[in-house]
Amino acid sequence: MQTILEVKNLTKHYKQHTAVNELSFHVNQGDVYGFLGQNGAGKSTTIRMLLSLIQPTSGEIYIFGNDLNTHRNEILQNIGAIIERPDLYKYLSAYDNLSIFAKISNMKADRKKIMEELDRVGLADRYNSKVNTFSQGMKQRLGIAVALIHNPSLIILDEPTNGLDPQGIADMRKLILSLSYEMNKTVMVSSHLLSEIELIANRMIVIDKGKKIVEGSVRELLDPSKTSLQIDTTDNDLAFVTLQNTNWTGSLVRKADRIELQISKSDIPLLVKHLTESNIGIHALQPRHSLEAYFLSLTNPENHVEPVAN
Amino acid sequence: MWSLLQIELFKISKRPRTYLSFAAITAIVLIFQLAFKADGKSYMDLMLQNVQDNFELNKENAINGYFMCYIILNTLLVQIPILVALIAGDAISGEANMGTLRLMLTKPISRSQIILSKFIASFIYTILLLVWMAVMALFLSILIFGMDDMLIFRVKGEESQILQILKDDVIWRYFAAFGYAAIALTVIAALALLLSVFAENSIGPIITTVCIVIIFTIVSNLNVPVIDKNVKPWLFTSYLVGWKGFFYIGTNTEGQPIPGSIENWPAIRNSLFILIAHIFLLLGITIAVFRKKDILS
Repeated sequence: MQTILEVKNLTKHYKQHTAVNELSFHVNQGDVYGFLGQNGAGKSTTIRMLLSLIQPTSGEIYIFGNDLNTHRNEILQNIGAIIERPDLYKYLSAYDNLSIFAKISNMKADRKKIMEELDRVGLADRYNSKVNTFSQGMKQRLGIAVALIHNPSLIILDEPTNGLDPQGIADMRKLILSLSYEMNKTVMVSSHLLSEIELIANRMIVIDKGKKIVEGSVRELLDPSKTSLQIDTTDNDLAFVTLQNTNWTGSLVRKADRIELQISKSDIPLLVKHLTESNIGIHALQPRHSLEAYFLSLTNPENHVEPVAN
Repeated sequence: MWSLLQIELFKISKRPRTYLSFAAITAIVLIFQLAFKADGKSYMDLMLQNVQDNFELNKENAINGYFMCYIILNTLLVQIPILVALIAGDAISGEANMGTLRLMLTKPISRSQIILSKFIASFIYTILLLVWMAVMALFLSILIFGMDDMLIFRVKGEESQILQILKDDVIWRYFAAFGYAAIALTVIAALALLLSVFAENSIGPIITTVCIVIIFTIVSNLNVPVIDKNVKPWLFTSYLVGWKGFFYIGTNTEGQPIPGSIENWPAIRNSLFILIAHIFLLLGITIAVFRKKDILS
């Protein structure tokens, strides 16, 4: 598999603050690569460095095999991006916006091509409307058209579902998948929602405080055998003692209001049966992937969980 | 680069504020013309009250198109920097505020090209403002008031002077003056563009540019020897009104005006050189700063 994007020991300091810390990862051709981290983890700073909006303090970025420092324009010719919001010229029409960015991208886009792009994102009938009359979802779709107008092979989307309603989120998800599977694009998409990444990405990285926590295929990282289970029973003390005498003692922890343990998803019915046969009633049972449990612990330090091994 | 410049000009042409400047110039010039048409004689009486006895003049003809344009330029060229700052001060900061700057910079164009295209677009806008001023203040005034010899009232040192320029010797001076004004106003555009790079909304750079121009102009007009010698030469505002030099006609040893001459061409040339140096310096700093700037907007 050809590596499209490779980041080596990327670091960005802002005075005393380190936004990105020795970050390394790679994206392969054809990947939908999830870039996951809570707000402030360093996702946007990293993406801005990939697009040469921010100068790294140190580290190297290679895209399409070329150094971003020395081949900036050549590389950007082949990248389409939306960073945070799809901000466009509000006082211009959808057609004018697309026409401007096509020209800036060295693309000789005639009227037919621009109308085709607008049609693809469902805005052909609003081609002459000013962007300040558009909804957030329409702006997002126009932003996608701007990102794709020059037919780039790598698409970078920073939190593309932010501010969208549920239908908009579903449409965006569909679009990202079609970019990969129908148009053979490589897509890097950042999010603070594991559930989003899980639905669209084949490979992913989790970062926290600018550092890599884990990187790999989504299937492996969200392996059901690494399920973390939270149980609240009629008698948690008795349930804890009962479970200590079973095979499911790995990571068995007694918390104030629940019990937590690591278990294979397929073993959960057996565990329920075992507790029921021990006359212990179950109030609540919440399975989570280990990665999800860890990721949630980042946003709530009280539920601290150790990171998953790569 | 040409394509980028076209885009910049297209964006400027689509913004309503662009036309506010032209409307403002039109309104001010028309007010001047109406006022002088209604009661220009009183103004001329006031200006000539001390010299009427020894200076033979036809007051009716003294208020002509050339004279009107000079009076208007004297007033308006102080305000025009504000109009130039409105566009140049918004060039980068306005895009940062809208969020389009980061989108633009993810495209395969260099940051230097972006600054140069925005600078050239601001320059063209400045030229268009001056062309409109020429149309309104010079050609419309000629249409309304006609053409005749031109009088210039001037204070030189302790002495008040009235210079008379023959009507056939005036028009080239206006072309030269407008050319000079274009360069002087481009310094303002370059300053506003530099300040625009540091800001993420356009109000800051526009107001800062205007404040700098006002403060420097006040200092440039202070008649204190120590400031004359040590400060004024370093302020670009000291050279903004250098266009007037084209109307200070040279005289022979008998004090008679020499048609086609300028009293102090070396001073005008030096002023032009200093203004052009300012443009290059400010533009160079703008490019250097922008190339290193982290885009966080």
